[in-house]
Amino acid sequence: MSLPVAAKPALRRFHQARWDEPVIFELSAPGERGVIPSQVEPAVRDLVGDVVAGLPDALRRAAPPALPELGQMRVLKHYLRLSQENLGADLNVDVGQGTCTMKYSPKVNDRLAAHPSLLDLHPLQDPADAQGILEIIWRTQRMLAEISGMDEVGLHTQGGSAAIWTNIAMLRAYFEARGEAGQRTEVITTIFSHPSNAATAKAAGYDVITIYPDADGYPDIEAYKRALSPRTAAIMVTNPEDTGIYNPRIAEWVELAHSVGALASYDQANANGILGITRARDAGFDVCHFNLHKTFGTPHGSGGPGAGANGVAAHLVPFLPRPLVVRDDGGAYRLDDDRPLSIGKVAPFYGVVPNIVRAYAWIRALGAEGLRAVAETAVLNNNYLMARVLQIPGASAPYATGRRRIEQVRYSWQGLYTETGISSEELGVRASDYGMHYWTSHHPYVVPQPFTLEPTESYSMAELDEYAAVLAEVAREARETPDVVRTAPHNQTVHHTHHDDLDDPARWATSWRAYQRKYHCGA
Amino acid sequence: MSAPYVHPYVPNTAPEARAAMLAAVGATSVDEFYADVPDALRLHRSLDLPPALVAEQDLVRHVTGLLDHNRPLAPGRSFLGAGTYHHHVPAVVDEVIGRSEFLTAYAGEPYEDHGRFQALFEYESLMAELLAMDVVTVPTYDSFQAASTALAMAGRITGRRAVLVASEVLPDRRSRVHDFVRPYLDLVDVPTRDAIADLPALVAALDESVAAVWVETPSHTGAIETRLEELAEAAHAVGAIVVVSTDPICCGVLTPPAEQGADIVCGDLQALGLHAYYGGAHGGFLAVHDDPRFVMELPSRIFGLAATDVPGEYGFGDVAYERTSFAVREEGKEWVGTAAALWGIAAGVYLALQGPQGMAELGATILARTRYAQQRLQAIPGVRLGDDAIHFREFAIELSGMSPASLVERLRPLGIAPGVPLGDHRLLVCVTEVNTADDIDALAAAVAETMLEDHR
Repeated sequence: MSLPVAAKPALRRFHQARWDEPVIFELSAPGERGVIPSQVEPAVRDLVGDVVAGLPDALRRAAPPALPELGQMRVLKHYLRLSQENLGADLNVDVGQGTCTMKYSPKVNDRLAAHPSLLDLHPLQDPADAQGILEIIWRTQRMLAEISGMDEVGLHTQGGSAAIWTNIAMLRAYFEARGEAGQRTEVITTIFSHPSNAATAKAAGYDVITIYPDADGYPDIEAYKRALSPRTAAIMVTNPEDTGIYNPRIAEWVELAHSVGALASYDQANANGILGITRARDAGFDVCHFNLHKTFGTPHGSGGPGAGANGVAAHLVPFLPRPLVVRDDGGAYRLDDDRPLSIGKVAPFYGVVPNIVRAYAWIRALGAEGLRAVAETAVLNNNYLMARVLQIPGASAPYATGRRRIEQVRYSWQGLYTETGISSEELGVRASDYGMHYWTSHHPYVVPQPFTLEPTESYSMAELDEYAAVLAEVAREARETPDVVRTAPHNQTVHHTHHDDLDDPARWATSWRAYQRKYHCGA
Repeated sequence: MSAPYVHPYVPNTAPEARAAMLAAVGATSVDEFYADVPDALRLHRSLDLPPALVAEQDLVRHVTGLLDHNRPLAPGRSFLGAGTYHHHVPAVVDEVIGRSEFLTAYAGEPYEDHGRFQALFEYESLMAELLAMDVVTVPTYDSFQAASTALAMAGRITGRRAVLVASEVLPDRRSRVHDFVRPYLDLVDVPTRDAIADLPALVAALDESVAAVWVETPSHTGAIETRLEELAEAAHAVGAIVVVSTDPICCGVLTPPAEQGADIVCGDLQALGLHAYYGGAHGGFLAVHDDPRFVMELPSRIFGLAATDVPGEYGFGDVAYERTSFAVREEGKEWVGTAAALWGIAAGVYLALQGPQGMAELGATILARTRYAQQRLQAIPGVRLGDDAIHFREFAIELSGMSPASLVERLRPLGIAPGVPLGDHRLLVCVTEVNTADDIDALAAAVAETMLEDHR
């Protein structure tokens, strides 16, 4: 072959890294060391003697933990290889993880979050020594208050579900303070709201009522009216829902809740398409939450830490977790711990500091005009991708047919499944052979053979085209070469994996130790 | 005419792309996509936010300028603990968790995210060895949530309401646990004796209404529980579950709670390779034995090993997914969501680097320096130790003639934070491997000098 090089094929010839790396215990070489801790000084030993030898026998560990023994570079290499066998948002067109807003997390924000003055700052140092981070927390609270329309914001929690829990914990405390706790025993949610709304309400002691959609895909308002009663403590809903459909009667929903004395909690995990367009408080909500790792550009960390924000209207401010970062008249920042009605501590200190710094920087890099551009572009991207996906035979977008969506769509492969018998899960596995990921849906699968795509604002038109082309190709394969799909993946780190053992207590291997014990292999 | 709005984070703000995409979907403006948002709910103004810092250098200067107002202490000169600890973080840990592939991943499947599954399976497995238990979950939020869930599990398993709190538990952790479990559990404090469990009092309080005995070791004040085995035996005799909160950093040198009868072990990961980060880098761990009665009550995901089509290839997947809220909403155990996976990867890297010898030496260093600090401080007139328990990393001193708050204030100009005041007379001092003998000597000298000055 000689120049010129032929044009690229339509789809990239992807192959994930395959290092065939052992489990780290198998790499152990006795006597090797990865790091050496600071050693006991002679002066210390002279004064206190051998403290370990002096421990009661029952307290002294009899045999050292069976951790592997590895030189430093081997540990590094092992984990770098594993990292290469992972497809982060920085590497793929990560529009396939609907509801999760896999947007770009700017690299400059990682640098800012690693500022040396943050790494070794202790949370119980005098607040006078922490004015920089306290100011950033306070400013972030104020910006999120403006974005939500709420009066105050707390940034204590580590994820979206933790923030949803904090909301229901505050509402519970509110009703207790009013003497209505015994009466209000129910929470209403919708099936296309994140399952944590239902699950946190249950964990807080409430009975959960779930509203299903009407024929148009809007949450069924008649069913909702029947569910409301003096027993209702709260509604906990997402809007737009996980279908990408915005409930236009949301203010009426909130009014109806208020009319029976209940409160309204807004899960704003899906806020990315409505930033600067419409606000939680303007629809009457009493509390809301944001996911800083979804909407505000902090990385998702392989499943956390994210960061949650709780926005509350004035009548719920006293119930926010403590302490709250406040600014004194003199402009100094401090921690207000004197909050008698507070639900107390929900987390060790003041929130996921590195992610609060990142979110602050993200909002500052965009400003009001930028946030609106984020929302509008996320919505444009979504409707563009929907048009592309709906051109694929066998794909559909149930509910609200012919209507626009906000920031995501829950699609269905039901047509293709009926035709080929190949499921959405199988198609998703095959899509990974092209370096793409997609996620089906939370359970239950109300939309049959679901897949949920959320393009966010971060991907170019060409990338969206590429993603749609991969879906089209996988659907074509399902029809023409179904075995290729059924036996996928082929271009991945590992091959088709057998998951049956994972549900059988006698056979599951929850750790290397359990695996060794059950199967007597290895050392 | 002003230039069109284009932002580097938002590629399709470029006018050409925007126009082409609108045309492709047959829309004249993005407004059409918001047809379902009623006019009355529209924000008919711009958000009132500070001006944008679109140029990266302006953003860096602004944020760095704010952060420069922080004044962290010099290494070793902070003796602050009470939940967040200064431990050395090996460079390799930061290198691994800073990798884009891990940092920006989220919830991919066991194929395209094989590396994340393996790294977290290894985290579980390394913790399992340290704790001598077979099942460790993917991390939850922090030690507060871990303890809350551990006790809630005990309630679900036994169907009972009472929790005997046998130790001096970190007050903030207790506050969170109380608010979490109060619909179905009552926390009953059994006063401690000499900073650890009062075994006879505890035994007297045990009956068949007790769901769990909750032990914290090291306790809030760093005291090590010495009679866990007897305590567990008594609890098990009435069908109660033993829940132990601990810090895994001590388990290289101290007997792991599971070997003394603990049924559920929980705690925080921050000490294992995470910076203090102003209290903003916490992860919680939960560990149980390989018993389905316990495993099926865990809310968090567990990544397990699985076979693939290819001999010699490790695959991974979710163990018993049907117990989670992802699978069955409110019928699941509590809930599962974004928590602290990256911190779990960090803790795994940390344990792999330390190995058995590193964890043992580290534990020995902390024990020895803790004892050294106790002796140096109690030699000062007006200072005495709060109790005679064995301490790991933290201990309380009692001051006479000076309040702990004023001691803290007096040492501040010297760049030393001597500890966290516990009420009006006690100070909680924390010593890790980061605090060398020189640092401890400097602390003792500063405390002695200050106490003396006050007596002059």
